[in-house]
Amino acid sequence: MADSVTNLEDLKKLAPPAELQRAPVVEGRPNLGALTDKLSAFAEGKTPLWWWIFFVPAAFSATVIFPVCLFYQVFTGVGVWGNNHPVMWGWDIVNFIWWVGVAHAGTLISALLFLTRQHWRTTIGRMAEAMTVFSVAMAGLYPAIHVGRAWFDWFMFPVPNSNDLWPQFRSPLMWDVFAVNTYLVVSSLFWFMGMIPDFAVLRDRSKTRIRKTIFSFLAMGWTGSAWQWHNYEKAYVVLCGLCTLLVFTVSSIVGLDFCTAQIAGWHATIFPPYFVLGAVFCGFGMMLVLLIPLRKWCGLESVITKKHIETVAKLTLVSGLLIDYIYLMEFFIAWYSGDPYERWVFGHRLFGHTYFVFGCMMYGINVGVTQLLWFKKVRQNLKLLFIIGLVINIGMWTERFVIVVGSLYQDFLPANWGKYMPTMWDVGLYIGTLGACFMLYLLFVKFLPMIAICEVKSATPQGDPHHPLGGAQKEAGHE
Amino acid sequence: MSEKIYGLMAEFNSPGEVLRAAEKVRAAGYRRWDVFTPFPIHGLDKVMGYGNSLVGWVSLAMGGGAFLSVVGLIWFCNAFDYPLIVGGKPMFSAPMTFVPSYIMLIMGAAVGALVGMLGINQLPRLHHPLLDTKRFELVSRDKFVIVIGAQDENFCATETKKLLESIGGAQIAIVEDKD
Repeated sequence: MADSVTNLEDLKKLAPPAELQRAPVVEGRPNLGALTDKLSAFAEGKTPLWWWIFFVPAAFSATVIFPVCLFYQVFTGVGVWGNNHPVMWGWDIVNFIWWVGVAHAGTLISALLFLTRQHWRTTIGRMAEAMTVFSVAMAGLYPAIHVGRAWFDWFMFPVPNSNDLWPQFRSPLMWDVFAVNTYLVVSSLFWFMGMIPDFAVLRDRSKTRIRKTIFSFLAMGWTGSAWQWHNYEKAYVVLCGLCTLLVFTVSSIVGLDFCTAQIAGWHATIFPPYFVLGAVFCGFGMMLVLLIPLRKWCGLESVITKKHIETVAKLTLVSGLLIDYIYLMEFFIAWYSGDPYERWVFGHRLFGHTYFVFGCMMYGINVGVTQLLWFKKVRQNLKLLFIIGLVINIGMWTERFVIVVGSLYQDFLPANWGKYMPTMWDVGLYIGTLGACFMLYLLFVKFLPMIAICEVKSATPQGDPHHPLGGAQKEAGHE
Repeated sequence: MSEKIYGLMAEFNSPGEVLRAAEKVRAAGYRRWDVFTPFPIHGLDKVMGYGNSLVGWVSLAMGGGAFLSVVGLIWFCNAFDYPLIVGGKPMFSAPMTFVPSYIMLIMGAAVGALVGMLGINQLPRLHHPLLDTKRFELVSRDKFVIVIGAQDENFCATETKKLLESIGGAQIAIVEDKD
C-alpha cells in the first residue's frame, strides 16, 4: 500500500514545485475532529444578529407580500399583471426562466463537478444544491399560476377527467410540466441524500433531546458502515449522473417553448443550448452573491477559500464567454437569414425606441462586465466579485426580458404592435418569490448542515488512507 | 429483558490504520464484521470484498420502467383512447414520446437510486445496538471503528479481543444488544 513511500521527506521531493501544487481543499490542515466542529458550528451555535437582519425582511416578503400578490392574482385573474395583447408573456415567464436559470449552476457545481472529481466542490456543493432546490420551487410556481385558472392545473397531468381529454404530449409546454417537476423532485432527493450522513453527524453531536430526536429521524439510522457507504457512493454517483442530464435537459426544454414558436427572435435552433448556458451563467453569478457573504459571516473562510471563489469566478467567465458567443451567433444568423422580421427584431434590441435600454443593459453586462473576470486582481477581490455576481443576475434577468418582451411587442403586423408595462402585482410577486427563496435559504443555513461535512473530510489529506497524514504508514504518524 | 452481546468494538485513529486493520480481520477469517467510518474510505470496498453495488441496477430498473410506462401512457392518451391529430403527424411515433419519457426515466432512476440505497442498507431503521454505545458517537467525527459481530462463527470474546488489540485497536469494548 505505502511500500513505495519510505518517509515524508521522500514524498516532498516527489511533489511538484510550489506554483504547480494544488491549493488544499481546506486551509490550515485541521484534524478531522476540529474540522467537524468547525463545519457544524454554525448550525449548532447561537443565531447571530446578521441572520435576523436578513431573515426578518425575507420572512415578511415571503409570508405577507408573497401570499397577497399570489392570491390576488389567482382570485382575480391574469389581468392584474401587465400581460396583455400582444405581450402575453411578461414578468411571469421572465421570472420563471430566471429562477430556473439560478437553479442550474447549483446542479452543475454539485453534480458535474463531482463526476469530474473536482475536490474543491465538496465545500460549496451543498450550498449550491440548496440554491437549486429553492429556486426550482420558485420557478415552478410561475407557470402554474400563469395559466390563469390555477385550479385547473391538474389538467396538465395525465389524469382521467370528465371531459375524457388527455394532455397533448407533442407540445414543449407539456414537456415543461414534466421537466420542472422532475427537476424539483430529483434535486430535492439529491440534496436530501447528500445530507443523510451529515444528519448523522449532527445527531451524534446533539446536546438537547429535541435536536437528537429530529436528527435521528432525518439520519434514518445511518451508522456509516462500510456497507452503507458502499451503496451510498453508488447511489450518489448515479444521482450525479442523472442530475447532470437534468442540467442539460430542463433549460433546453424551456428553450424549446420559445423556438417552436414562429415569432422572430424566438424561432432559432440555438435556443436550447442558449438557455442552458444562460442558466448556468446566471447561477454562477448567484453563487458568488451567496458564497461571498456567507463564508465570512459563518466563519468558513478556511473551508470556502479564496481559491474556491476564484474558481467559481473562472467558471462564471467561461459560461459568460459561451453566452457572448451565442449573442454573436444570434446577430449573425439574424443578418444572414435575410429575414426582414428577424433583422428588425435584432436591430431594435439595441437601437429600438422602447426597450433598447434593456438590450443595452443585457449586452453591456453579460458581454462587458464579464470580461473583468479575465483579471486575477478582480477574481481575488471579493467585494468586486460580489458586485459582479449581483450585476450578472440583473444582466441575465434583462436578457430574459429582452427575449420575451422584446420579441413579442413588435411582431409581423404593425397593427398588432403594443407596449408592455408590469404592474405592482408583477413586481410584488417577484419580490415575494425572492423573499421566499432567501427565507428558505437562511433557514437552511441555520438549521441544516450547510457544508457537506463528510465529503469535505474525505477530501482532506487526513481523510485519505493513502496519504501519510491519513495514516498510510506508521512512522509518518498523523495529527 | 435479556442482554446479549452484539459484538466487540475497537477504535482506530486514521483511515490508513483502519484499512490495514480491516485487511487483517479479513485475513483472520471473520465473516460478520463491519467497519464504521466518518466518510467513505477509498479501497475499503475491496478489503471488505464487496462487488458492484446493486443500487445501480435498482436505479436502471426503475428508470427503464418509468421510461416504458410513459411511452405506453402517451400511446394510450394520444393515439388510442383519444386519437389526437396535431399538425398532420402520425398518431404515434417514437420521437414524439421521447422527451417526456426521457424526463421520467431520470425521475424513476433517481427515485430508484435513493430507494435502492435505503433498501439495500436496510434504512430507515429506528434502532441499532451500536447507536446506544456512547463511544460510537465519535464515528461520525474522527474515529474509525471495527465491530466484529458476536454472531460470527469464529467469534470468541477473548480471542477476538486479542486480535483487535494486536492490530492496533484502542478502547476495545463489548457492544450489548438490548432487546
